[in-house]
Amino acid sequence: MTGERLLSVGIDIGTTTTQLVISRLTLRNEGAAFSVPQFAITEKKVLYRSAIHFTPLLSDTRIDAAGVREIVAREYTASGYEKSDIQTGAVIITGETARKENAREVLSALSDFAGDFVVATAGPALESVLAGKGSGAQAYSEEQQCAVLNLDIGGGTTNLALFENGKLKDTGCLNVGGRLMKFDTDGTLTYLSPVLRPHFDFQIGQRLTEVDLQPVLSLLVDILCRTVSGQGGISDFITDKAITVTGEPLLSFSGGVADLIDDKPRDPFAYGDLGVLLGRAIYQSPLCQGRFLRAKETIRATVIGAGSHTTELSGSTIFYDRVRFPLKNLPVAALSEEEEALEPPALAEKIRTKTAIFAPEGTPTVLALHGLQNPRFSELCKLADGVALGLRDCAETGNPLVIAVRADMGKALGQAVGMLLPDAPLVCLDSVALSEGSYLDIGAPVAGGQVLPVVVKTLALG
Amino acid sequence: MNKEELKTIVAQMLRELHTGEHPEPTVKAGDYKPTQNLRTEDGGVIADITAVDLRKQYLVENPKNAAAFQALKAKTPARLGVGRAGTRYKTAMLLRFRADHAAAQDSVFSLVPEDFAKANGLIPVQTECRDKDEYLTRPDLGRRFDEQNQIVIRETCANQRVLLVIGDGLSSAAIEANAIDCASAIRQGLKAYGIELGKSLFIKFCRVGASDHIGDLTGCELVCMLVGERPGLVTNESMSAYITYRPHRGISESKRTVVSNIHRQGVSAVEAGAHIASLIDKMLKQKASGIDLVQEVTA
Repeated sequence: MTGERLLSVGIDIGTTTTQLVISRLTLRNEGAAFSVPQFAITEKKVLYRSAIHFTPLLSDTRIDAAGVREIVAREYTASGYEKSDIQTGAVIITGETARKENAREVLSALSDFAGDFVVATAGPALESVLAGKGSGAQAYSEEQQCAVLNLDIGGGTTNLALFENGKLKDTGCLNVGGRLMKFDTDGTLTYLSPVLRPHFDFQIGQRLTEVDLQPVLSLLVDILCRTVSGQGGISDFITDKAITVTGEPLLSFSGGVADLIDDKPRDPFAYGDLGVLLGRAIYQSPLCQGRFLRAKETIRATVIGAGSHTTELSGSTIFYDRVRFPLKNLPVAALSEEEEALEPPALAEKIRTKTAIFAPEGTPTVLALHGLQNPRFSELCKLADGVALGLRDCAETGNPLVIAVRADMGKALGQAVGMLLPDAPLVCLDSVALSEGSYLDIGAPVAGGQVLPVVVKTLALG
Repeated sequence: MNKEELKTIVAQMLRELHTGEHPEPTVKAGDYKPTQNLRTEDGGVIADITAVDLRKQYLVENPKNAAAFQALKAKTPARLGVGRAGTRYKTAMLLRFRADHAAAQDSVFSLVPEDFAKANGLIPVQTECRDKDEYLTRPDLGRRFDEQNQIVIRETCANQRVLLVIGDGLSSAAIEANAIDCASAIRQGLKAYGIELGKSLFIKFCRVGASDHIGDLTGCELVCMLVGERPGLVTNESMSAYITYRPHRGISESKRTVVSNIHRQGVSAVEAGAHIASLIDKMLKQKASGIDLVQEVTA
């Protein structure tokens, strides 16, 4: 059986750089010949890597949306792929850039520009995961069955992702990056990040030397050291949440600064920022005293994560009827296992309450369920009764009903609910674990209609 | 064994060779009694060694990386990382192996309870096999029905386009564990495709080829048979669905579509049922099954 292929784009608009990659995902049925199908993404290959562009900014607080569009358009042309060739992917806005005033506007403009099922997203947790996967740290942790902590040190932020035996344990994000200060070629300060201002009394236009910058480097390296060793006390450098590190994971470095972690002689202001000096300071610090990994992908880790690692597949026995794909930015309302075990009327009430919170105007919501591993038919029917009753009001809006169940029972549950709500557009997919507060995108069916590509997002920007 | 005993055995073997007589098999299916729960003398119950999840049972002493091995073990029911005593299995593993083997034999030799068909609204029929021994030794008889059963089949299945039948096959345990849940899910799924099923048969001493005789007798368009799989050491509860479009005697085996490994640790009965319903719909539309069926139609 030949594998079906999906072309996936990743576009990363970071604090310092904007990049694009095009990857090929290969789908294969890994189920035994005489059993139910089990599709999986078996290969992820990067086909095109763009040049690394500086992210065009209008000011310190605004991104040059037109400039970004132009870069993407040019890179598409250079790659030789058409927008219409692309089936999936993600545009993400990362680091300090995500905090710019017009981040939302830039993303939505690009998301429509870059293919039908290309997800627009942001958020430090997602960014950390993508960098951890794109860098190769996750794969290393899985292959070697060990703990790996990836530090993706970019321009504005360091994204941390801890993997244990290939499984994500925690993420975190710090305001540590190469571009917290910018300089002219002679060391004249042109930009000082707001996160550094309370700590250092530098003036814009002031000429600085390596010696002047030592306190900055010591502080940044100290923050990294304390974080990886599981100590706290650096709250004003944590962007959203601290990472919990236990044990002594192997450190892996990605991001633009990772290429500068060595003691090669370089012009300290070669990139007009702190990068060279920060890289050297990290190399000389306790972080690099033991064994550490230089990631397979460094400056491109996040964009490759966006291009190759955002799309997942639903289970291969699923149900959908009368639904128009793609479905985008669906908020997830999750039930607990105890709630799912309730009698149908009580379960329905819980579902009504939940969906009302997440979709006040009856907009489509994902109802996330645990389901049952090996249900009796009667148990299936009981669950379906409660679910159908709970979704009846949503069904009347004409919006698609979306159910995502963790256990492999999507097709059976979908058929059962479909019997009870015969006129409603309905998707019931399985083998996807969703937590409340995340968002789901569902692409058009692939593999002869047997599977749905999905992207789970922690934060969606509209 | 002493020299005298050996002599006796050899002599007996020679006698049999000479006369062409074979001794009666020591175990006959009719005498076979599945193991009952054992009680100790003081009324306690001996722990059920088959209750241990093999995927989690890791017995290697002083492993370099137990966690890594256990992660691998979670992916397979194979008896890996079970340690050893000298050159042999550990006692626990040896007993488990024999218990699993016994369970497999139990399922082959046991009969589905007499009231199974009635309790589940199935119409009971029987192939030409008279007992388990004949069933096991004469596969041809397990594929056809005598006249009396033919009448029942014709009456039950008259005017049905799609027939769902349940056969004991080589594992009664598989049928008891999965068949009814799976059949219910198939019925429900087909209803959504606009296909209403009529009554189902329960076939005693059933081989897959019985579908073909049923096809000839009823002229139906498709037969879906749920049948117990030959049990193995991983599970004795595995069931398959054999689905044949336009079955008739002499049809090639390659024209059947199979969904196998329907059991607790494989595909659950209801999810398999839902999948089978959509397969049947596909077969009726394409008028084909087995290798003629295109399963992955690319849009």
